[in-house]
Amino acid sequence: MLRADNLVLPGRLAGVGLTLKPGEVTAIVGPNGAGKSSLVACLAGLLRPSSGEVLLDDQALSALPPRHRARRIGYLPQSPEIAWDLTVETLVALGRLPWQGAALHRAHATPAEDARAVGQALTAMALETLRHRPVSRLSGGERARALAARVLAGEPEWLIADEPLANLDLAHAAALVRLLRRQAHDEGRGVIVVLHDLATAMNHADRVVVLEQGCIVADGAPEEALADALVSRVWKLPARWLGEPGARGLALGSNG
Amino acid sequence: MTRLNLTLLAALLLALPLSLLAGRVWLNPFHPALANATVILVELRLPRALLAVTLGAGLGAAGAAMQGYLRNPLADPGLFGIAPSAALGAVISLFFGAAAWTLPVFALAGAGGAMALLGLIAGRDSDGHGGSIALFTLAGLMIASLAGALMSLAISLAPTPFALSEIVTWLMGALTDRSWSDVALAMPMTMLGILILRLAGPGLDALVLGEAAARSLGLDPRRLQLLLIAGVGLTVGAGVAVAGIIGFVGLVVPHLVRPFTDRRPSRLIAPSALAGALLLLAADCLCRVLPLVTELRLGIALSLIGAPFFLALLLRLRRGAGPDAGLA
Repeated sequence: MLRADNLVLPGRLAGVGLTLKPGEVTAIVGPNGAGKSSLVACLAGLLRPSSGEVLLDDQALSALPPRHRARRIGYLPQSPEIAWDLTVETLVALGRLPWQGAALHRAHATPAEDARAVGQALTAMALETLRHRPVSRLSGGERARALAARVLAGEPEWLIADEPLANLDLAHAAALVRLLRRQAHDEGRGVIVVLHDLATAMNHADRVVVLEQGCIVADGAPEEALADALVSRVWKLPARWLGEPGARGLALGSNG
Repeated sequence: MTRLNLTLLAALLLALPLSLLAGRVWLNPFHPALANATVILVELRLPRALLAVTLGAGLGAAGAAMQGYLRNPLADPGLFGIAPSAALGAVISLFFGAAAWTLPVFALAGAGGAMALLGLIAGRDSDGHGGSIALFTLAGLMIASLAGALMSLAISLAPTPFALSEIVTWLMGALTDRSWSDVALAMPMTMLGILILRLAGPGLDALVLGEAAARSLGLDPRRLQLLLIAGVGLTVGAGVAVAGIIGFVGLVVPHLVRPFTDRRPSRLIAPSALAGALLLLAADCLCRVLPLVTELRLGIALSLIGAPFFLALLLRLRRGAGPDAGLA
């Protein structure tokens, strides 16, 4: 259980309370500047709220040792960077860092376990053939997949991704959404994704949380949370869902 | 140990005894006719060669760590302001014409002062986590420019022409007339410094993905900063204390080595130390054997090699031809 308890960050979050369950895909949506990225950064333990607390299984996240937290919560930033020209495999293996022994830290996995996790992450993101390619020679989509594989390689209980679909074409976006759903439903992980595309949230998330100006304005099953009236009000556009549940599309009217 | 490290180590073990033969007086190991050959070897050339190896290793390792930390191939160990501060300490000692043995003490005090200042700055940050790289680096640059200004002040106010020429010559960096006591000072500090920099390796690897992702991988940014302050401070401080400012090794060596590694910053530190040792040893030999009126200063020689290299690097990055160019 990952619980946000009345999080406040001046100018960004105005008292957000949220309880997330493993085995579910939760989509965080909202207009630009609504506080989506701040919320997931708090949930990942990267931003300390000025008041309130994030609790992981009733333990304060801020009290967990960073490497311990890193083994349990994986985080994919919105605009990830890669500073040096590593190969895909070396890059993905960075996801194993919290498990590996270092000065003053004992190892929590054997090299064989590290290699297996890296191999599985490469397979999951269809990167086996690109394993030895330097990241400078990857396309934007391949890069995004490699960075996602880096997070998967850490095998965390919670996967938090800030707009992971931004650089992906339709086919790869659909594949990543399928993968995230499998991670939640088959592996029992908690998956939290910030999404811009409301149709993806509507059709594929188990739960949708709508943020507006640092507050939660809707939270629940997609069909309920993303009601026509709420979407129209929050995004300031007349909007209407078309199609059947599970295959919805959003029709946007003009303001006139 | 990787093949790269083994190769570099073998080259170093081969070069070290060979370097002892070269100099104003060439020694022939097969005709040891020279009367004072033992004195030249043991009292002059061996400590000097060991110092070159020590300082080169320290500068190479510190440069590799700094480039990893700043995620920038143009970073250099001088950026934290530790080397200029150590030099300032030495200049103050020369300015007052203090006894020769005080110079390394003053230099180490300067390095220690810069390290303490950086340690205070490390971890001051608005988002409550501390460890912002940009803030830390800017603070280092300010310390460097302050130390540089104070050094210029000391030079402009030099009490005697003799003190002035002492300061200017010393700042050029050299390994001339160094003794075993310099080795005893610099070697343990540098070895400890390199060890500490190696401890920083996993943190530097995490930083490849940027600060946010690195923190999500369990990096403690403040701890990494403290490791770097200690590691860079010990290696660079020891180097400046015994030899003055020696530029470009820390910048050039990681570049030369990087293509032979998997480009993870942690894997660059050991080979950069070995290659730095090799480069400084070779450069110092070159200084000794060039037929000039006085011996070429090591600092000058290295900058003569380093500056064109740096320029070529910049042009390559500009054209975007470098493998790391688009990513840095």
